Amino acid sequence: MSTQAKTRVTVNVNGRDMSAEVEPRTLLIHFLRENLNLTGPHIGCDTSHCGACTVDLDGKSVKSCTVFAVQAEGSKVLTIEGMAAADGSLHPLQAAFHEHHGLQCGFCTPGMITRAYRLLQENPKPSDAEIRMGISGNLCRCTGYQNIVKAISAAADVMASQPRKEAAE
Amino acid sequence: MNAPTPSRAEREAALKGMGFARRRTEDARFIQGKGNYVDDLKLPGMLFGDFVRSPYGHARIKKIDISKAAALPGVKAILTANDLKPLKLHWMPTLAGDVQAVLADEKVLFANQEVAFVIAEDRYIAADAVELVEVEYEPLPPLVDPFKSMAPDAPILREDIKDKLDGAHGKRRHPNHIFEWTVGDKAATDKVFADAPVKVKELISYQRVHPAPLETCASVASMDKIRGELTVWGTFQAPHVVRTVASILSGIPEHKIRIISPDIGGGFGNKVGVYPGYVCSIVASIVLGVPVKWVEDRIENLSATAFARDYHMTAELAATADGKILGLRCHVLADHGAFDACADPSKYPAGFFNIVTGSYDIPVAHLAVDGVYTNKAPGGVAYRCSFRVTEAAYCIERIVDVLALKLNMDPAELRLKNLIQPQQFPYKSALGWEYDSGEYPTALKKAMQTVGYPALRAEQKQKREAFKRGETRELMGIGIAFFTEIVGAGPSRNCDILGIAMFDSAEIRVHPTGAAIARFGTKSQGQAHETTYAQIIATETGIPADMIAVEEGDTSTAPYGLGTYGSRSTPVAGAACARAARKIQAKAKKIAAHLLEVSENDIEFDVDRFQVKGLPEKVKTMKEICWAAYNNVPPGMEPGLEAVDYYDPPNMTYPFGAYICVLDIDVDTGAVKVRRFYALDDCGTRINPMVIEGQVHGGLTEAFGIAMGQEITYDATGNVQGVTLMDYFLPTAVETPVWETDHTVTPSPHHPIGAKGVGESPNVGGVPAFSNAVIDAFAHLGVTHLQMPHDQWRVWKAAEKAGLVS
Repeated sequence: MSTQAKTRVTVNVNGRDMSAEVEPRTLLIHFLRENLNLTGPHIGCDTSHCGACTVDLDGKSVKSCTVFAVQAEGSKVLTIEGMAAADGSLHPLQAAFHEHHGLQCGFCTPGMITRAYRLLQENPKPSDAEIRMGISGNLCRCTGYQNIVKAISAAADVMASQPRKEAAE
Repeated sequence: MNAPTPSRAEREAALKGMGFARRRTEDARFIQGKGNYVDDLKLPGMLFGDFVRSPYGHARIKKIDISKAAALPGVKAILTANDLKPLKLHWMPTLAGDVQAVLADEKVLFANQEVAFVIAEDRYIAADAVELVEVEYEPLPPLVDPFKSMAPDAPILREDIKDKLDGAHGKRRHPNHIFEWTVGDKAATDKVFADAPVKVKELISYQRVHPAPLETCASVASMDKIRGELTVWGTFQAPHVVRTVASILSGIPEHKIRIISPDIGGGFGNKVGVYPGYVCSIVASIVLGVPVKWVEDRIENLSATAFARDYHMTAELAATADGKILGLRCHVLADHGAFDACADPSKYPAGFFNIVTGSYDIPVAHLAVDGVYTNKAPGGVAYRCSFRVTEAAYCIERIVDVLALKLNMDPAELRLKNLIQPQQFPYKSALGWEYDSGEYPTALKKAMQTVGYPALRAEQKQKREAFKRGETRELMGIGIAFFTEIVGAGPSRNCDILGIAMFDSAEIRVHPTGAAIARFGTKSQGQAHETTYAQIIATETGIPADMIAVEEGDTSTAPYGLGTYGSRSTPVAGAACARAARKIQAKAKKIAAHLLEVSENDIEFDVDRFQVKGLPEKVKTMKEICWAAYNNVPPGMEPGLEAVDYYDPPNMTYPFGAYICVLDIDVDTGAVKVRRFYALDDCGTRINPMVIEGQVHGGLTEAFGIAMGQEITYDATGNVQGVTLMDYFLPTAVETPVWETDHTVTPSPHHPIGAKGVGESPNVGGVPAFSNAVIDAFAHLGVTHLQMPHDQWRVWKAAEKAGLVS
């Protein structure tokens, strides 16, 4: 193996086109973290199990450790950094995680909120069991999930009762 | 005119002091992706280090050829033990009085041991270069079974100390023996056992597990050769200790070293120790003069840094025929792996395992622990528990259930009969601890009442009969754990780390506008210190918690402390916090008296202000006093409003709790369904009920993972197995039960605010509650014990063995 020739990749991240030169093997998570300095998504494993790197790619949750940066060429990516509204106000999910103590060390939180965002797009009024299944690709070692479930459920209620404020995508 | 004075309740609500479910101040950055973890750090010119690791559990290194790797473009250096030797850094001292190879010196002693450290421009090139380092090994016979480690023909693992039979904790009986630690009165205990009408004995093994915080271990070292200053950012639960050790190891004066623990993505004991990766990143930065980052991947984390447990406990109880426990005898075979890198207070080679008499009034006891080497990863950390307390709680709570079965007595009734009674506190245990306070029977009775214990037992009886009649294929299990923790290490008379007493510290500086900053020697890894310390200060000084910044983890700014583990932050630094705040309050009172032109004796503190006794309209708010501290203090008083406190606790604290687990087992699949889990915790005074509940949820989930699935195993040739998250069980939201929490409050009599610490209780009490419930499901079939973890396969095998499935 040796260093590979670099390719320019352009991705629309959180509403802005951003590009960098990367090797074909560069993972999307490294592209976001190292090239774009978006360190919200984290790396917690090597096997796509922990979900700390979860981002939204063209309307689907993906584990960005399992996507090459070049595969995201021309795509729309939403990360935790793009969750708040353009005016800086928190997304209802962010507010609910705070209100319901849905985080402790904070390491899983960006992936968890980003995943919950897509879950609520797919299923705006999920039951607790559906929330638990919906976030089962995201591990948390601190909270025991109970308050995360509560937070997502509360955010769903808020989102149902408020005019939808788009994330900055 | 002034606005009308807010009511006392309004002022208390604005203060957000102790007892208030204050939302966390640290959340804002985490929910917006602006946390600052070690791997988020990027410095100009920074390089990336990665390890070449051993594929063998035991082998001699014949040759290391780095030429191909060194020739790879982008590779800056490759370090082996020979490169570290001139610096005397190829071995490092462990916290347990042993030494550990930083890079394997002539032989490897466990699979995935660090052999060489490659430093390259980025992590991809470093990983490529790792593949190109060629190491020639001569395999040696592996030693995997701890029960065979002291056999006469066992392979000698530690050739570096094979002739040194005087260990850090006394005589060693074999080259693979590390220590023997004994506590208690052996003769008296043996006599009780000789005469006792009822005796039980069981080998209770607590498997090797790993804390597995979501963030792995990492460091960034940056040596500034011009200033002679070393800065290290790392996943350190105890930054000051790391600084002291780094200074001793490197020879760099301690004032020239700055250790920074930024945000930490969970610790659970994993981040207490000093690891080869930290040392290698430091050495590489010193050698190359640029910052060097090291981040372990998950496989490295699970296989090389800090396992926990691996205790094989042979427990015996002696009792009367009607269930009064007369004595306890316990032997532990402790598998420490290749190096004794336990993170215990230095005088305690088996931690506080001598809390093994648990919550019961046991007149005599004897404990012996033998530590041995095997070809496994070093560690022995306290995975979300005080030192070896989880093992002890599991041991006593299991053997009490075994005794209940032998006596044909209900396990709750047996516990009630033997619990230490409230009037016995302070209670001196047979193995030497002085328990501070407890209302044990109240707690257990409340738990039993809440879950409807007698009805559950009646249901279980019916279900067993229905099973016999073939009407159900489910067995119902009820597990009880009544645990007592020992946390808050600790008093300087018996607790130190490498000679440094285990005190902790707080420093509070109040600013003129009535805001403040407080710094501590501890380091949160998710425990919400920024929120809760501020609440203590708020209650003690009258400064609103929202106006208090809390900082930890930077050795250049924080006062010296021993860090966060063993639930010691609230018992030790929390005490220092309250005492420092009281010093602020005392000075503020003098200033108030001066401003109000009355004697100090005529002044009283009221939430956020001082008032003249009997004249509630004559007041000075804390905010006014803070301003006055900088321009109008009494004659002769120093200006300013600051305090520092170093707290040496007089005793440990002893949180306790009663947990009850109800589950159903499908015997045909081995699937276990937790129907109900009730956890009553008594952690003394409660600082923030929301944070406490969150800690209990998390600890119970970890206990669930341990009891039901976590295990790191080695095959007969010393290969480590199951060290990815594909195999190592970290519960998802789907498996995780719903938790019911409850509490009683029995303050610690010796702690300034009566708080005992809570973060680890749920792990300590949770594991035996789950395990007892699973085993209880089979108890009517004569099953006294089943080996953890109770995964689906093992549970099904138990059903098969009991003849329930064919």
